Amino acid sequence: MATERFDAIIVGAGPAGSAAAYTMAKAGLKVVMIERGEFAGAKNIFGGVLYRKQLEDVIPEFWQEAPVERRVVEQRMWLLGKDSVVTMGHRNEAFKEPTNAWTGLRVKFDQWFASKAEQAGSLNIYETVATELIREGDRVVGVRTDREDGDLYANVVVVADGVNSLLGQQLGIHREWNPDQVSLAVKEVIALPKEKILDRFNLEGDEGVTTEFIGQLGGMMGLGFLYTNQETVSFGVGVMVNDLKRTKIRPYELIENVKQHPVLRKLLQGGESKEYAAHLIPEGGLHAVPPLSGNGWVVCGDAAQLVNFVHREGTNLAMTSGLYAAEAIIEAHARGDFGKQALSGYDRRVRESFIHKDLKKYQGLHGLLKEIDSNLFDKLPEALNSAAFQMLMIDGVSKAEKQKMAIKALREAAGGTANLIKLGLKGWRAMNG
Amino acid sequence: MSSIAEKLYTIRYKVDENSHLIIKDQDVCLHCETKECQYFCPAEVYEWHEDEKQTSVAFENCVECGTCRIGCPFANIKWVYPKGGYGITYKFG
Repeated sequence: MATERFDAIIVGAGPAGSAAAYTMAKAGLKVVMIERGEFAGAKNIFGGVLYRKQLEDVIPEFWQEAPVERRVVEQRMWLLGKDSVVTMGHRNEAFKEPTNAWTGLRVKFDQWFASKAEQAGSLNIYETVATELIREGDRVVGVRTDREDGDLYANVVVVADGVNSLLGQQLGIHREWNPDQVSLAVKEVIALPKEKILDRFNLEGDEGVTTEFIGQLGGMMGLGFLYTNQETVSFGVGVMVNDLKRTKIRPYELIENVKQHPVLRKLLQGGESKEYAAHLIPEGGLHAVPPLSGNGWVVCGDAAQLVNFVHREGTNLAMTSGLYAAEAIIEAHARGDFGKQALSGYDRRVRESFIHKDLKKYQGLHGLLKEIDSNLFDKLPEALNSAAFQMLMIDGVSKAEKQKMAIKALREAAGGTANLIKLGLKGWRAMNG
Repeated sequence: MSSIAEKLYTIRYKVDENSHLIIKDQDVCLHCETKECQYFCPAEVYEWHEDEKQTSVAFENCVECGTCRIGCPFANIKWVYPKGGYGITYKFG
């Protein structure tokens, strides 16, 4: 492998790594991006939503060429009961121009994004694992890889190796994540004829819809999702790892069970499962975010727990963090200083941006969720479904009586009036930083 | 209903000769009351064999998610990435 010195080494060709590599290469820095997969995206999955704004900040008008699936015109939130659903959602033609978000698939998207970095001048090396950081004193000066003679040296290492950031652990900036700081998502890409997708989801042309659902996940804290792609749908569930440990529910059985829900089954029926996948999502919130930079290193994306799990935003935070890291490194490069102080421009950018502000807004939520019984994720949706059913079933019982029953059911689901009020108040505070 | 075997069949693997997942100490598994790795692993990699008193590791099924490393109550699984280019390759992602 090349023994020459680089301005920056980027570890991991995901959205954070490619954003960083592209931005630095375009500014004329000599960068190398190493990736353990056969190609960029080979190891990567996500639910499936790509937001416009943050990628546009890196590559203007990317949608002219980037491989995206459908323009999201509607977002649905479903609360599942056993054989029932209470639905909410928002559909708006204004989501089209400018497009707010697209559905996507990472194998195609990540390859495209990494190829943009390559075209800008980044040297992309695949099938190579960064096994450790090379240090001189308290400075990171390179990475060791699993290639023969595979040491690479640079002024800065961009650690963008994802949620399983073994390099981040080596830096000592975080210990292992706790089981209540990560959720496991299992996903299937299910092929359906385009006409069926358009009809079943009330779409035309390249319109798409996202559906998220809670409830019926085996008493675990988590979220299900169903996103429309061109000729497939992305379907999956994400549940907290501590809940998986507690319930001993097998993830692949969970996804099968959820598929049998009468509402979901009819949307998926006749579909052919093309791919099964599983991945961890960092959900520790603001308090799990480690220091972002130091002498000769920065850490971006999932490796830094930069995920807003309330709004299922992750790849956009990753891209923005990669962009900011690159901008800070470009400044450091101009000054010829890559120490902790010189790279703190990255921390500052993150702190002043939506990344920090959004994570701060929800900073209390992780603590709240830790406190409450995960069974509420089944019980409350079930109680709402039963309330809706009661109010809509015309059977001679008075509306006042029905309302009383509905409130009683909700109260019982939450474990008493005091708990219901406490939950409401704490929830409100947790959602409003 | 598709089984886990059918699900894993949809993923392309390039299997290394050596496991990237190692049980640090089988004695720890013997004394582990929950043996929960058998349940939370999304690829059915771990199985406890009562007769042999050990956990087997079907590393060739691994989808490299990391749940076992974090989920093992005794941090008894040494977890590294497969060698460059080995392991899973998704086609959709």
